[in-house]
Amino acid sequence: MATQHSRSAARMMMAPAVVLLLGWMLVPLIMTLWFSFRRYLPLRGGDLGSAGFDNFVRFVTSSAFWPSVQTTLIMVGGVLVITIVLGVLLSLLLDQPMWGQGVVRILVIAPFFVMPTVSALVWKNMFMDPTNGLLAHLWQFFGAEPVAWLSSVPLTSIIMIVSWQWLPFATLILLTAVQSLDGEQLEASEMDGASPLARFFYIILPHLSRAITIVVLIQTIFLLSIFAEIFVTTGGAFGTRTLTYLIYQRVLESQNVGLGSAGGVYAIILANIVAIFLMRIVGKNLDK
Amino acid sequence: MARAVTSRRKAINTAAAWTVGLLIFFPILWTILTSFKTEAQAIADPPIFLGFDWTLENYRVVQERSDYMSFLWNSVIIAGGSTLLGVLIAVPAAWSMAFVPSKRTKDILLWMLSTKMLPAVGVLYPIYLICIELGLLDSRAALVVILMLINLPIIVWMLYTYFREIPGEILEASRMDGAGLKEEILHVLTPMAIPGIASTILLNFILAWNEAFWTLNLTAANAAPLTAFIASYSSPEGLFYAKLSAASTMAIAPILILGWFSQKQLVRGLTFGAVK
Amino acid sequence: MRLKRVLGATTALTLCSAAAFAQDTTITIATVNNGDMVRMQGYTDEFTAQTGIGVEWVTLEENVLRQRVTTDITTRGGQFDIMTIGMYETPIWGANGWLVPLDDLSDEYDVNDILPAMRDGLSHEGTLYAAPFYGESSMIMYRTDLMEEAGLEMPDAPTWQFIREAAAAMDNDEEDINGICLRGKAGWGEGGAFITVTANSFGARWFDENWDPQFDQPEWAEAVTFFKTLMDDYGPAGYATNGFNENLSLFQQGKCGMWIDATVAASFVTNPEDSTVADHVGFALAPNSEGVEKRANWLWAWALAIPAGTQQQDAAKQFIEWATSKDYIELVAENEGWANVPPGARTSLYETAEYQEVPFAQKTLDSINAADPTDPTVEPVPYVGIQFVAIPEFAGIASQVSQEFSAAYAGQQTVEEALEKAQAITVEEMEAAGY
Repeated sequence: MATQHSRSAARMMMAPAVVLLLGWMLVPLIMTLWFSFRRYLPLRGGDLGSAGFDNFVRFVTSSAFWPSVQTTLIMVGGVLVITIVLGVLLSLLLDQPMWGQGVVRILVIAPFFVMPTVSALVWKNMFMDPTNGLLAHLWQFFGAEPVAWLSSVPLTSIIMIVSWQWLPFATLILLTAVQSLDGEQLEASEMDGASPLARFFYIILPHLSRAITIVVLIQTIFLLSIFAEIFVTTGGAFGTRTLTYLIYQRVLESQNVGLGSAGGVYAIILANIVAIFLMRIVGKNLDK
Repeated sequence: MARAVTSRRKAINTAAAWTVGLLIFFPILWTILTSFKTEAQAIADPPIFLGFDWTLENYRVVQERSDYMSFLWNSVIIAGGSTLLGVLIAVPAAWSMAFVPSKRTKDILLWMLSTKMLPAVGVLYPIYLICIELGLLDSRAALVVILMLINLPIIVWMLYTYFREIPGEILEASRMDGAGLKEEILHVLTPMAIPGIASTILLNFILAWNEAFWTLNLTAANAAPLTAFIASYSSPEGLFYAKLSAASTMAIAPILILGWFSQKQLVRGLTFGAVK
Repeated sequence: MRLKRVLGATTALTLCSAAAFAQDTTITIATVNNGDMVRMQGYTDEFTAQTGIGVEWVTLEENVLRQRVTTDITTRGGQFDIMTIGMYETPIWGANGWLVPLDDLSDEYDVNDILPAMRDGLSHEGTLYAAPFYGESSMIMYRTDLMEEAGLEMPDAPTWQFIREAAAAMDNDEEDINGICLRGKAGWGEGGAFITVTANSFGARWFDENWDPQFDQPEWAEAVTFFKTLMDDYGPAGYATNGFNENLSLFQQGKCGMWIDATVAASFVTNPEDSTVADHVGFALAPNSEGVEKRANWLWAWALAIPAGTQQQDAAKQFIEWATSKDYIELVAENEGWANVPPGARTSLYETAEYQEVPFAQKTLDSINAADPTDPTVEPVPYVGIQFVAIPEFAGIASQVSQEFSAAYAGQQTVEEALEKAQAITVEEMEAAGY
């Protein structure tokens, strides 16, 4: 029904957002691209001339590159799996009739409000510390040897911390989806003698697929750029160096902006591969 | 008979849900408790849960060392400013995407989201240089704009999903009545969209509040928000669990309280069109 | 009474110069959140009262501070009038012309009183670029009571072999006492610094005279293997993530028999307010391996520098003169006791009778004097610096190398693998840097 008039009006209204984001994307992108072809070493005096493709070649051939891509994918994937599995279970539980539902919901969403730096600091020092951490005391209480979380299972520990932060988000989205589930359909299937497991897999899970897609999309965007949790806990040691962290090391620790920028270009490419992949699923699932 | 079963089930559900809820909340609770202990009690073995001498000493020390209110105020301005500015820009965009969709609408939307994947540290130097050029280092204005741009895709996306839920017939009816574009937005759409806009504002306020890369790297003394406040307590010399807990509690308390009070809006806000 | 006199004197001295400044001058100082700096913040009001210059503090955790000030100085951001930097940054930045030379400090300031080692480390080609707020070397801190129990006596200058013997004797799992606590945390200023001085004391070096990395040499393997076995056997659980702060709180809680670390820690472990073992701490020089002339002594100073281009150069200089002066030391001594003054910066401090009574004073001075940044290793090297190499590429290389070592401490790879990777990383980075 849209008229020509409203179409052009619509374009006008979209313009500010699109132009701004285009600027936000293009200006740094062009500067990053420019730097990535330069020998730009701030501590050696700045821009020392053209580097050709050296930075790009050095970044991928460095022994740290592929492990960092792998770490990135494991970290993002791990957090997604944990938050979605636990999120589905938790949302089904929270949907049940109970006393004090509102309060429980408040308790569950609270971690989402905590700054990443704060949660990393609290987990690292007050929980995962092998001497004074609460988990160490707990282990000792049961007569077990305390675990040195951040050095013996570093990646798992960081995934735990990040999952704790993002579980509320997943749970809330899934909970809203669960609440919109058709009660009659469920009752009917119960009458038909379908087992709870069958009901879960044939009715509930398909109903949640769209919500799960949203969780995957939004969380992936945030998880790809995880930084504070690694910076505070392991500083990238013990195989917890993600691509983002590797770029940080190149730019700020080694003070090699050219090399780091080349890394930035790779990260953008990786992000876009993930994005295209996500868009396929999202596009399909959102149109339902 | 049926009622008894329900009641028992309800009890089981309640017990299970409370256990899980308290478990998830526990790290925050423990931080708050620790903030009222002395440093020695904070690392006592075995740990003390409630039977310690409650003290406000840590809060006093933290407040003495850094002016909490100025950090808090900067956080409020930066998070609030960037969110409001973002919503102002996003409402028209989301409106047109929702009601005058074209073939490319979905592509534009997903492209916008993809700009969020740019790794921040990769563009630190470019942005820093631009800020120097514009004289915007250590200013709240720069952070308002940057955080707005970072969160704009999420804002547009959220608003788009709300606007789409508004039935098109209402618009058509108002058009029949001869309402212009302006009236349409002001009198028909806005009232229906207010809950959605409120939720959007809330979620993005939280995201901006917790942003810790740009807020830390582009500020010094004037514009530093609570993320910088935390960075001065993160690993000092000596025993620090209690002071760290006090600083952490001070940094997260405002947003925690805000979040709890507006829990309903937030829950609704997080649907992202996932629910029809 | 004395405080008043001191204050009176300084006020009189600075009054005339202060009058020249606008009363609303304000300087911004970036600093690290260490105890001595936090204490200095507490005395800011005294400075403002004397000079009329306001001070804004940006206090950050060490890693954040470093990234923050480096970005700002390399881009000439001009956010700070004074930056707190270390012995690694100062000569490099000074050489680049990014710092204001401190060559016109007042006579009262007495620049010749600064300890020679500190002055050399903070200069480039003879010009001082940063004034030391406090300086440190490394030394052994040990529990005298546990040592006695074990029937051993700590020599003034022990060897690593003795340290291992003593750690074995003091280690007590039942009472939760670790024989020894050392830094294993990744990061060039954390575990990286420690393993480098350890390597020095085993006769190893980072580079030979041609800038070729030396991790493939037997001395490195010996040093890292010794460190790892020592810590695996008698160190705390999870030592691969322990840095200065973690070890400090372990020691203060009485969970370490020995701790080899910065000399400034001496005042924290002997402070009865924070430390449960304050009365039982002894000190000794950092160890060496038998027959090696170099000890595991490092040298470091946290110093105040003025970035070139600041509008508040004069006010900044005034602050630096105040904060690193003899008067400031007296001010702190008056209010908090001599044990708590910023150590390791001035010769006169070690000549003060009251300070000589502080138990760790002499050992701190001896440790500092034992460290020579221009001749850090047994074999000759082309670089300056003991626990670091004063070239711009070092921080990046060493943070990666120390991550490999930490991974070896955590048991994720062998020492040989870590050294191989360290060698590969360093070769790669040095080639890229054009050495």
